[in-house]
Amino acid sequence: MRVLKRSAASPPEGPAGPDQAGTDREGRLERARSRVGSVKGRLARRRAAAVAWRARLPDLTGPVARAWHRLPRWSQWLVRLGIIVLAVLAPADWVGQIMAPASDWKTLLFYPIGIFVLLAVGLNVVVGQAGILDLGYVAFFAIGGYTMALLGVNVGLDFWIILPTAVALCAVSGLVLGTPALRLRGDYLAIVTLGFGEIIRISATNASWTGGPRGIAGIPHPPDIGNLNAFTYGVLDPTPYYYLVLALIVVVIFVARRLERSRVGRAWAAIREDEDAAALMGVPTFRFKLWAFAIGGSIGGGAGVMFSAKNIAITPDNFPLLLSILVLSAVVLGGSGNLPGVILGAFLVAWLPERFRGLADYRVLIFGAALVIMMIFRPEGLLPSRRRRSSLRTGTGAGAAPTAVVEQEEKT
Amino acid sequence: MGRLLELAGVTVRFGGVVAVSDLDLHVDEGEIFSLIGPNGAGKTTVFNIVTGVYEAAQGSVTLSGRSLRGRRPHQVTRLGVARTFQNLRLFGNMSALENVMVGADARHRTGIPGAILGLPTHRAEETSGRETARELLALVGIAELAEDAASNLSYGDQRRLEIARALATEPRLLLLDEPTAGMNPPEKSALQGLVRSIRDRGVTVLLIEHDMSVVMTISDRVAVLDFGRKIAEGQPADVRTDPAVITAYLGAPTDAA
Ligand SMILES: Nc1ncnc2c1ncn2[C@@H]1O[C@H](COP(=O)(O)OP(=O)(O)OP(=O)(O)O)[C@@H](O)[C@H]1O
Ligand SMILES: [Mg+2]
Repeated sequence: MRVLKRSAASPPEGPAGPDQAGTDREGRLERARSRVGSVKGRLARRRAAAVAWRARLPDLTGPVARAWHRLPRWSQWLVRLGIIVLAVLAPADWVGQIMAPASDWKTLLFYPIGIFVLLAVGLNVVVGQAGILDLGYVAFFAIGGYTMALLGVNVGLDFWIILPTAVALCAVSGLVLGTPALRLRGDYLAIVTLGFGEIIRISATNASWTGGPRGIAGIPHPPDIGNLNAFTYGVLDPTPYYYLVLALIVVVIFVARRLERSRVGRAWAAIREDEDAAALMGVPTFRFKLWAFAIGGSIGGGAGVMFSAKNIAITPDNFPLLLSILVLSAVVLGGSGNLPGVILGAFLVAWLPERFRGLADYRVLIFGAALVIMMIFRPEGLLPSRRRRSSLRTGTGAGAAPTAVVEQEEKT
Repeated sequence: MGRLLELAGVTVRFGGVVAVSDLDLHVDEGEIFSLIGPNGAGKTTVFNIVTGVYEAAQGSVTLSGRSLRGRRPHQVTRLGVARTFQNLRLFGNMSALENVMVGADARHRTGIPGAILGLPTHRAEETSGRETARELLALVGIAELAEDAASNLSYGDQRRLEIARALATEPRLLLLDEPTAGMNPPEKSALQGLVRSIRDRGVTVLLIEHDMSVVMTISDRVAVLDFGRKIAEGQPADVRTDPAVITAYLGAPTDAA
């Protein structure tokens, strides 16, 4: 085998005669061609398959994105402002009649819709941008929720003090949990994160200082701001809480966008695409993954604070594994890595089951079927990222080989 | 001319396989140095040792007298070593420009707060990184493909993009692993010109190459590896007439055993 290969390589002796050079070149070309051929063939086949699937659903993302980038700055801001105004007007009664005739629309707007959007934007930093498959994201939501409950009930702190405290605590938790976990990749990392979600929930169930299975009651509401109805946080009207979560969503989107369009976002994308190559291009991969984990975690924590500040009481059952999975499906369904897609995905995952409440138990079945069909026909999500590639499809480190096999030529 | 890269007594094992054995090698500043040898000779392994992907079992690796041993790949890159890959390792779904900007980011300092607040240093780095990236794409001759996804580029253009990305990290030493593989003759000669112009910009080049005509024309010095051992080193003209080298490539009868 080895001997054969050696004679195929070009001998470096003397100024080669013309026929000698001819065979050399042929050998080399042959070798190169087969190499290129196999790669190209595989790529072409994959691309053809992707195109065939996509043809069934119109791909609006490309044209819309291009049109968007052609808009002058001020009109981009007008569009953004318009969307925010629509979101502010959303709790109107007539909207509720259309969107959720069978349930209380205003309550839905806060939870699940608002909270899911917030969680999805946070998880998107981890999964969509850095390509870290986190199956235990609910852990941060729970830490935020319990921080609000414990500090609010036992210490009597104000919501506005607890919110940044919980966000900081979740960032630290992200660093602490991430430091051992992020040395793993792919399936192993996914399993460890899955464990985090469960550990937090089970600890909360078993510890006495978290109230055990009965949880914590009497969580204070945020203090009123002025005496406007929209900023008076009582028990009956969910709208003020919705506005609060909306404000947080706007801030978080701003932060996520800024990061995405910076060196940090590029480093995350590079890690997602090929972690080893990223490291060899000077990206401190571990540190950047850790930051993604911490930032995603602190956003989840913020969502948890909101959730428990409205709910008066929380129990470990508010933080099930299912929540991690639903938020992850929102991210993937909408278009992992693309913020508008992720927000749309979160909205749909939160809203659709409620909209079809009339169908009783079948709604979950239908929802599941819809997810499966979606993943078959449009695996890259409803509004796919330009830098699209689902980290679910390729595993973390985006299909990168473990370090030990960097640069192993495919020996045929 | 000072010594830039120096390997002394480097040995690398993979289980029972000795991929590189007691290798001494040095590359001087400003030269184009070629590493050649049959398949499996250990050439790529040398790159992996220098860039911190593997750690040598024995021996020392130094860059301008500073030890590279035990350093992580991103640290080696920041010390001034950049590389391309034998089987392309681009960030396929990112644009060509973004690929090169990732390389340029190796010299940037913006962290999370700078990016979120849009601080002036961050803005300045973004602008200069983008400019550098465009210049480098022009240098390697694919300026018009800046916005295309890297995976949509032709094979030859992907090889050029890898070179641009590596150059963006501002290396003192550039490691090229079979840069002409899969290229046709005109592309190959264009690439030779590119390698020379890179050297003329002050970047030292260590090259792995199978095409002897390329090696013979552009190298200042050549080293030949076989079974992980260096069997010859010197001027291109001397190396190609070396009996040991000829035997290694053609395979002596005893070698087959
Ligand atoms: N990660 C690894 N695990 C096991 N063996 C390895 C590994 N990397 C390299 N080797 C072995 O080390 C030897 C040298 O490999 P290397 O890739 O360095 O050769 P090369 O000179 O670059 O060959 P080519 O011209 O085919 O690229 C080979 O026998 C190879 O199988
Ligand atoms: Mg090799």
